[in-house]
Amino acid sequence: MTVPQNLFTGAMMDAAQPVPEGLIDGNKRPAGRRFNVYRNNVAVSLTEAMHQAFPVITKLLGTQNMDGLAGLFLRAHPPTSPLMMFYGAEFPAFLAQMPQLAHLGYLPDIARLELQMRRAYHAADTAMADAAFLSDLAPEDLMALHARIAPAVTVIKSSWPIYDIWRFNTEDDAPKPASGAQDVLITRPEFDPVVQLLPQGAADWIIALQNGASFGTAFEVALQSTPSFDLTTPLTMLLQGGAFIEFDRKG
Amino acid sequence: MLDQTNFNHLPPSPGVGYKPQHFQDIIENSGSVRWLEIHAENYMGDGGRPLAQLRHLAERFPISVHGVGLSIGGETPLDADHLARLKHLVSWLNPASFSEHLAWSTHESHFYNDLLPLPYTDATLARICDHINQVQDTLGRAMLLENPSSYLAFEESTWEEPAFLAEVSKRTGCGLLLDVNNVFVSATNLGFSPQQYIDAFALEKVGEIHLGGHDEDTDDHGAPLLIDSHGREVVDPVWSLLDHTLERSGPKPTLVEWDTDVPEWSILEAEAARAHDALQRVIA
Repeated sequence: MTVPQNLFTGAMMDAAQPVPEGLIDGNKRPAGRRFNVYRNNVAVSLTEAMHQAFPVITKLLGTQNMDGLAGLFLRAHPPTSPLMMFYGAEFPAFLAQMPQLAHLGYLPDIARLELQMRRAYHAADTAMADAAFLSDLAPEDLMALHARIAPAVTVIKSSWPIYDIWRFNTEDDAPKPASGAQDVLITRPEFDPVVQLLPQGAADWIIALQNGASFGTAFEVALQSTPSFDLTTPLTMLLQGGAFIEFDRKG
Repeated sequence: MLDQTNFNHLPPSPGVGYKPQHFQDIIENSGSVRWLEIHAENYMGDGGRPLAQLRHLAERFPISVHGVGLSIGGETPLDADHLARLKHLVSWLNPASFSEHLAWSTHESHFYNDLLPLPYTDATLARICDHINQVQDTLGRAMLLENPSSYLAFEESTWEEPAFLAEVSKRTGCGLLLDVNNVFVSATNLGFSPQQYIDAFALEKVGEIHLGGHDEDTDDHGAPLLIDSHGREVVDPVWSLLDHTLERSGPKPTLVEWDTDVPEWSILEAEAARAHDALQRVIA
């Protein structure tokens, strides 16, 4: 009796299936609960990976609920790569389609935030471009500028107060979240990702820059959603976050 | 087949599995620890702190790269993307050793994050040798293959594990990584003598020895079922089995693994010091 690997994984991921025949103990008796060692190892190690990957979601839901959710998730979405540092990419969408969690509509965006922080942590190292010349630029030259943005930099737009929720669950004495939409910026000045609240319109401006638009074109994009948009604050945030790795003055 | 007489460049001294929380302790005083082992997959990101720490440590210690995700025993072809990532890591780091497991972990593009067991048949042997040849050709170096912890056996097996591993080494030129705790776990779980297993093992092909802690459970018949958890101290019978091994093999690079419930540095270092004492006893 041979045991093909698809039979092994099928029984391993579904405890309702019988232990495959042909697996035995040292006395040639059926392996029985010995097979559960593999069932447990896979479930426990992937559940632990989900706890580590999504600590704020775990805190919001409670450890027991997160265990249950991770058990469902790991069966629906086993890892597709041995790089466990990136496990859980489907988790935000998975949370969004759970009817039981519909009353916690912010969970998927919090999961996206945690996922992107992990990606930022492992993103390529980059050196900040020299930005001293920016203060001497005439406004029209500033608007003609293009920039290459570091791979660690991410913007997350949300219709929920995700920055307040994230802070409330990661910092002591953080204020209780109010209602309202919040966009956040993730940068990695050195090794630890930094999460900051973006002013209105800034997310659109930064996303346009990431897509290759000039400062000026990106500015016009931001004005469409936020007529009062001012790039001073987000520009300072990007500079302090080491976000610019190259400037192109010719456009 | 690679012609290889020395399977790696690790010193015949104690090493430990590296955990980031021990970084500062190791830099300040590594005690008996002379080399470090990393899990390859944890250092396949693009940058950031993990790679910065690894570059720093590699200037001070020989590094062993231990893969847990290549799925050498898989029925399907090796993951070309993963093999390319491994080649990249081995190329820039130029580690003292690269090792992987006699196991599989990936099937139909799903990775199960565990080391799954294999039947020891001629078909498995041929497949394992093909995969090892592919890895060694890609990396341009010989690798070490580690014996697993077994919780069950396959009715279809026709080879004993030590003979199977010796044949893989003979056919591919790879070296072997002998995990003494795995031998003890498998021997207890499947009812064979761990000393006889060691005596049958191709010790001249061993490039590295592993030690680790295990948990205890029981099977359906109340028989002991040991689980290779790497979450506690190495037990005394495993230290005795290490002595039994070293008396026959001579000193070898000897690693203590502690991967879950990782203790403070002093406790892990004390385990390495015990391995140091065992190695001293066999140095003439």
